[in-house]
Amino acid sequence: MKYVDEFRDPDMAKRVLERIHAVVEEIPVTRDRPLQIMEVCGGHTHSIFRYGLEELLPDKIEMVHGPGCPVCVLPMGRVDDCVAIAEQPDVIFTTFGDAMRVPGSRKSLQQANSDGCDVRMVYSPMDALDIARKNPHKNVVFFGLGFETTMPSTALTLLQADREGITNFSLFCNHITIIPTIKAILDSPDMVIDGFLGPGHVSMVIGSAPYEFIAGHYKRPLVIAGFEPLDILQSMLMVVEQIKAGRAQVENQYKRIVPEQGNSNALKAVGEVFELREFFEWRGLGSIDHSGVRIREKYARFDAERIFAVEPAHVADPKACQCGEVLKGVLKPWECKLFGEQCNPETPIGALMVSTEGACSAYYSYGKIDIRQAV
Amino acid sequence: MTKTTRTLRATTITMAHGAGGKAMRDLIEDVFVGTFANKDLEQLEDQARFELADLMQSGAKLAFTTDSYVVDPVEFPGGDIGSLAVNGTVNDIAVSGAIPKYLSCGMILEEGLDVALLRRVVSSMKAAADKAGVTIVTGDTKVVPKGKGDKIFINTSGIGVIPEGVDISAANCRPGDKIIVNGLIGDHGAAILNARGDLALDVELKTDCQALNDLMQTMLAVCPDIHAVRDASRGGVATVLCEFAESSNVSIRLQEEHIPVRDTVRGVCEILGLDALYFANEGKLVASVPAESAEAVLKAMRAHPAGQDSAIIGEVIESKYNRVLVKTHFGGERILDMLVGEQLPRIC
Repeated sequence: MKYVDEFRDPDMAKRVLERIHAVVEEIPVTRDRPLQIMEVCGGHTHSIFRYGLEELLPDKIEMVHGPGCPVCVLPMGRVDDCVAIAEQPDVIFTTFGDAMRVPGSRKSLQQANSDGCDVRMVYSPMDALDIARKNPHKNVVFFGLGFETTMPSTALTLLQADREGITNFSLFCNHITIIPTIKAILDSPDMVIDGFLGPGHVSMVIGSAPYEFIAGHYKRPLVIAGFEPLDILQSMLMVVEQIKAGRAQVENQYKRIVPEQGNSNALKAVGEVFELREFFEWRGLGSIDHSGVRIREKYARFDAERIFAVEPAHVADPKACQCGEVLKGVLKPWECKLFGEQCNPETPIGALMVSTEGACSAYYSYGKIDIRQAV
Repeated sequence: MTKTTRTLRATTITMAHGAGGKAMRDLIEDVFVGTFANKDLEQLEDQARFELADLMQSGAKLAFTTDSYVVDPVEFPGGDIGSLAVNGTVNDIAVSGAIPKYLSCGMILEEGLDVALLRRVVSSMKAAADKAGVTIVTGDTKVVPKGKGDKIFINTSGIGVIPEGVDISAANCRPGDKIIVNGLIGDHGAAILNARGDLALDVELKTDCQALNDLMQTMLAVCPDIHAVRDASRGGVATVLCEFAESSNVSIRLQEEHIPVRDTVRGVCEILGLDALYFANEGKLVASVPAESAEAVLKAMRAHPAGQDSAIIGEVIESKYNRVLVKTHFGGERILDMLVGEQLPRIC
């Protein structure tokens, strides 16, 4: 298939892998543990498992699967709020598919739907707006979720609703922003990460400049990476080459999609509609300053949080849950006490077991821990 | 020729059509008996009756199965709920190696259903039954109030006869066996997803709905000792293989590059972040065949209209872990597990 197979060429992959192995061999050993490279984005985590990349990498590289799965890091309290809104009379609650299964403290949206709420899966916020046009007597709420990747489409949909004077459409805004979260991980005292694969689609919107502090202040290399297996391998090569040369720079492997300056139209729409929250609660990581956005006062009439008077409910993560340590690379998924026993994809307890992009879920589903025993 | 004289004049189904009176007789005799047109049904008895001696000419064991069909939309590119209800049950019988003979047809109709749609579905059942060489010999109709059903639900049960010496079971896979599928996978699942209209993708996708009984007999003629066969309907090829691995206490290793998937289906999967190995099929079987016969079976399958794109996609390996492994194009390996819940599209 054109534009897909080129990025999955096995011969090319072999050559890139040989170079990764060679470069890693030349990196002087300064400590007794492998290099830890974090892929920030859940899409990368998914590809790494989908194509079995981890076992092709040298043993001296360890992948740390980062916080970039928006479904995973959604706190339980926010899911409870979604359910509470969906339970209001005359509400049609619309959401992306993979948020349907995220457990709340009472129930998931999927369960709410079974219990009689009108919860509908959409592929784009514009689909939700269309449902609002077709159901003028219902209040259609869109569950805005995701990083900078999905923020522009939500913002543009809201601006479209404003232009059309649609009054029965609102947004439950849970958009989050990645930079403060990477910073929080870098500031954590037990952090041991040597380099980053930077998120591809977030960067398509924000560009590469916002990552400069990672290279400048924290002296860690970051390579903005595409999602095809060859993208990931090439990005990995770029990271280890930086480490070998003692460099720490922001580099862009995903040039075919990510412009250095980002997408100014998208950023304009986002800036028009959203403003930073003082803090936002993340599942597994706790509260992080300036890590979420909310709807500006100007568009308050589209804000489901105001319309339905949602008081963000704080529901603590389960005590034994060690998602935070896994996210920071301190623990491997299977080293968590709950992994695979109480916490599994059917009954997820921690954030990372929730979506297929979550590290624990990926380890569990793709059987990563015992793949060597499996044959 | 049929003995039917009654005619259904109504254009929509009402509660009266399930009430046991004249309206119901009109529906049954015109639409069902008239269309299915066979002597067993025309008796209008409460049950079909067969001569054991006739059945015993084909073998000594009976295969019996049932399945319900609730697909939405009722009609989709390449088929409808009627062809699905016949082929699905025929295939459930056929993959045991049995020769399917008779089907039942239970229908639950929603009040307000368009009779023209019902007639199309019933004609499609008849056409599928004729093609598969089975007869629909008994049936039942119920009507439920509007909103209590969704247009048409169909249950079909079926009986087939297993020829002497055939012993096919999911528990019979042996290390060394080759895993064969009879063509491009995922067409039905992708076609249904697309037919629901939510995706607004401008692609041509058709169900692969077809009967597999003739293909199965062709395979058995080449190798009577085929170990395991299942049709890969709900849960797709992945689920069948997981069942094989577990029932037979083996592992299975697939070669991803050998798995036949249509480019359009791959495209749908790429866009939505789904996996065609989990997509439903309605005319695909997965077989575990002794290595020495695999090439001959494959050749015969490719020569059959229901198996032109057949391929060997992997092999059975000895292992107590009962895993399905997928060797990816460039040497990585992952484990293919049973699906948890339904496949949901990813956010970004």
